[in-house]
Amino acid sequence: MTNTWQDIKNANVVVVMGGNAAEAHPCGFKWVIEAKIENGAKLVVVDPRFTRTASVADYYAPIRPGTDIAFLNGVIRYLLEKDAIQHEYVRAYTNAGLIVKDGFDFKDGLFSGYNEETHTYDKSSWDYELDEQGYAKSDDTWQNPRCVINLLKQHVSRYTPEMVSRICGTPQDKFLHVCELFASTAAPDKAMTSLFALGWTQHSVGAQNIRTMAMVQLLLGNIGVAGGGMNALRGHSNIQGLTDVGLLSNLMPGYMNLPNDKETSLDVYMKTKQYKPLRPGQTSYWQNYRKFFVSFQKAMYGDAAKQENDWAYDWLPKLDIPLYDIIKAFEMMNNGQMTGYICQGFNPLQAFPDRGKIRRGLSKLKFLVTMDPLDTETSRFWQDFGPQNPAHSADIQTEVFQLPTTCFAEENGSLVNSARWLQWHWKAAEGPGIAKSDIWIMSGIFHRLRELYRKEGGAFPDPLLNVTWKYTDPISPDPEELAKEMNGRALADLTDPATNTVTTKAGTLLDGFAQLRDDGTTASGCWIFSGCFTEKGNQMARRDATDPREQGIAPNWAWAWPANRRILYNRASADPDGKPWNPAKPIISWNGARWVGIDVPDYGPTVKPSDGVGPFIMNAEGMGRLFARDQMGDGPFPEHYEPLESPVENVLHPKVSSNPVARVFADDRAAFGSPKQFPYVATTYRLTEHFHYWTKHALINAILQPEEFIEIGEVLAKEKGIEQGGWVKVSSKRGEVICKAYVTKRIKPMQVDGKPTHVIGVPIHWGFTGQARKGYGANTLTPSVGDANTQTPEFKAFLVNVEKTSAPVAA
Amino acid sequence: MSDLQSQDYVRRSASTMTPPQARNHEDQVAKLIDVTRCIGCKACQSACMEWNDLRQDIGHFEGSYQNPDDLSPDVWTLMKFAEYENEQGNLEWLIRKDGCMHCEDPGCLKACPAPGAIVQYANGIVDFISDKCIGCGYCVKGCPFDIPRISKKDHKSYKCTLCSDRVSVGLEPACVKACPTGAIMFGSKTDMKDWAQERIVDLKSRGFEKAGLYDPQEVGGTHVMYVLHHADKPSLYSGLPDNPRISPMVTAWKGIIKPIALFGVALAALAGFFHWITEGPNEVTEEDEAAGERVLDDAEKTL
Repeated sequence: MTNTWQDIKNANVVVVMGGNAAEAHPCGFKWVIEAKIENGAKLVVVDPRFTRTASVADYYAPIRPGTDIAFLNGVIRYLLEKDAIQHEYVRAYTNAGLIVKDGFDFKDGLFSGYNEETHTYDKSSWDYELDEQGYAKSDDTWQNPRCVINLLKQHVSRYTPEMVSRICGTPQDKFLHVCELFASTAAPDKAMTSLFALGWTQHSVGAQNIRTMAMVQLLLGNIGVAGGGMNALRGHSNIQGLTDVGLLSNLMPGYMNLPNDKETSLDVYMKTKQYKPLRPGQTSYWQNYRKFFVSFQKAMYGDAAKQENDWAYDWLPKLDIPLYDIIKAFEMMNNGQMTGYICQGFNPLQAFPDRGKIRRGLSKLKFLVTMDPLDTETSRFWQDFGPQNPAHSADIQTEVFQLPTTCFAEENGSLVNSARWLQWHWKAAEGPGIAKSDIWIMSGIFHRLRELYRKEGGAFPDPLLNVTWKYTDPISPDPEELAKEMNGRALADLTDPATNTVTTKAGTLLDGFAQLRDDGTTASGCWIFSGCFTEKGNQMARRDATDPREQGIAPNWAWAWPANRRILYNRASADPDGKPWNPAKPIISWNGARWVGIDVPDYGPTVKPSDGVGPFIMNAEGMGRLFARDQMGDGPFPEHYEPLESPVENVLHPKVSSNPVARVFADDRAAFGSPKQFPYVATTYRLTEHFHYWTKHALINAILQPEEFIEIGEVLAKEKGIEQGGWVKVSSKRGEVICKAYVTKRIKPMQVDGKPTHVIGVPIHWGFTGQARKGYGANTLTPSVGDANTQTPEFKAFLVNVEKTSAPVAA
Repeated sequence: MSDLQSQDYVRRSASTMTPPQARNHEDQVAKLIDVTRCIGCKACQSACMEWNDLRQDIGHFEGSYQNPDDLSPDVWTLMKFAEYENEQGNLEWLIRKDGCMHCEDPGCLKACPAPGAIVQYANGIVDFISDKCIGCGYCVKGCPFDIPRISKKDHKSYKCTLCSDRVSVGLEPACVKACPTGAIMFGSKTDMKDWAQERIVDLKSRGFEKAGLYDPQEVGGTHVMYVLHHADKPSLYSGLPDNPRISPMVTAWKGIIKPIALFGVALAALAGFFHWITEGPNEVTEEDEAAGERVLDDAEKTL
């Protein structure tokens, strides 16, 4: 979230698209209700189904799964055509006026630089025209046809209301009404908040879905303001923390990149990291990258990371391919290239696409280690559970080590919520049986591995042998000690270069990342967390709910990264002169000497408005990007691409129907179905009664939603003779699910390119372990397709067939 | 369930004795369920199960999000989901938390023949006192909202207590505490009615011209009230009665038949007395005993 849960109450319009906040985030949804009741807000829901969120919405519009970009590009077209944008904001705070290079082009569904063989783009033409000093050229009058705003206008011109309706199946009048509601927040003192979740990420165009709405929000002047923002509602307790500490195959803590094998030295690696300002006088905060990096290496390797060895740069793993995500991992398992798998707090047999492929992959392993508080399906993949898991145990040679762990309530620690708050929690109970904490287990594995390397050598033991491990209890390091390590401390006396006085003594905890140095005198395990555990104590454990303006900002409740800042880009909440756009809901303002207000400024605290420093300080040009330069894999402007499995061709460019750079392996492509065999669009989702695949293990949740089902509209059900609550077989090219049918008015056929299109809803929660009734699992059906930027699987749009059948029988 | 001190009672089933009502200063309480801000998450249902320690068997999918499929001795509150296409052709999903309405004039209490098995406290809560319940099922017939359910295990009647045990120590009912969107509120009946009016103004401004409060006067008002978008058509909400009223049989029982019956009982007693005086006591034969057993067995089976 750029903003906070509480801040939703300040919105004038709340749009839930690409998510189902009431159902998946019922506790946080109270702030939407608060916005409606206390702020007169209108709630708009755009979703293929009439969800529980839609049940309390002021306006609902249906949309075909996988067509959000067409819808939102249509919104952008509407805003530009009706001139319903916040001019001063767009002019001052976005790159609308910057001039794009001549080589950049878009034709027949492809941006310039496409390589058909590698399915990737050479992105060198996706940039600004630079002047002699290396600054982007700009035309403040927006007359130059190569201005971002003019190229954008041209790009979205195809997305007329007729075209949007033709692609999305949304009736034109409903689309236009949504546009009007959005446009009402272009006024400087009005704000719209965008709440989204996996409904946008789990597509082959997931990152671009979100980007398109971010562009809408920039045009409306809704980023950085109270009641505005792009608010990703994180679905998993601490999934935000997971991302923050970089638990992805190509990331390091604090959103730093793991080096690739072409970056053979620290200097080469740094060349592409420390972005020089692209406009005069801009902050371009990533210029500090080296400080964050060196401090991380010091936290990892202590004294062994030295200037002489490039701060132990060589000990970091180097990627030979862009990344080793889960889809790749299971591809490798299936090809026999990965023979061991440690599965910590993860249940891929339920959670990853194409369940058959997952099961085959696990069956080829030599060993599988699972670490989980629950008896997961993954740890039982080898066992025959009847039609829901027809395994032939005798044929499977995988040795499975099932390690029971404690859960969050059985240990101290912190969780990062959607609003980037690190909230400390305290152990409430002892773990059951022989359950051990993940820290204890991982430490044990580490010590034994290191001992093996010490004794037996090995190809490259240095990274393991040199890791620093100076914990009071090396067997099971204390969570507080780990948190302090993340926060960071001074390794030598830190002096202020101006006065030459010691500001921070050696050994003391740091107050924040501004103190980090690139000379090895500071250590910090995760720079964005710096400030969470200082000499003043554990900031994450603070529980003072005082909210000075009752505007949803309680600065002394827990601690938010970065720097306890609650609303990102909050400089943009004030106009170029430093006066709040909305005087009724100010965040920060310029008082003549410094920035003051209810939040920590996302800006130099004494940088004068007249200095012209842009509010988007992480970007090299200091501006919000309507044109993303080279930051996206699939284009600097968002474009509508059909899902990899789609009932129709892309009417805009049939030759490039789906995302040309989406991640698809050849054998997965062979497992795509055609609309002839599989004529219906399916989408998967969560129900409020369950949390993923966990709560089916809990009796009360199992009672509240006991059995697997799919949702089907009345029209299609009648056509297929399917009765309410009757048995159906849902099949895709990859597998089939036999379950009950919920015949509902909440899913209606949509007219897509003149043809009726039916949507089948597939809730995901059932498996073959736990208390609820056994189910096949939605991922039996889903395709193995990754988003072009994040490799997130396309769970939200694929093709199925559905038939009436009888109850499943054990083979 | 709960038995507060009888000095809190204002009504007591099958009793002519007026309770002492020492605590008549108590405010009338009410639970206000604002269906227009309810998201159907069932937090109330799970809180009810937790607080009252109730666990229904794991059921099946029955063609709705409504689970379990009905109220039961182990299910005291239940989310009901109705898909409704309005006059404009737009869909509305009307979600309502069902459970005891705690009528000011409770049909169950009126119908109950077991002295003290159903009571009403000064705060308005209608409560079942299980150890006095005889499991006859008259309360089921007497309820205009089809709420009480008789347990097959102990032949006693069960329903929502409005968490009388929590309320008596100054806590809100468990469902109120659990509700994430504030759709369930609890307080004095006056405050709840005032708040409902504010909500109705807001709803009318959003185009729900018939928004209103459900506090049916046919049962003297209720201590569980609803804010409805369509107050003119309560039955849209999974059959919430448009005009709830206590069955005429119960009214007749209380008003006319009961006095006659009581007279009949008195007459029989008098006749018995004279019979005893003139003929001596009856001896119970073995046949009588067996016949009695059969009657009891049959009664068990029908429950």
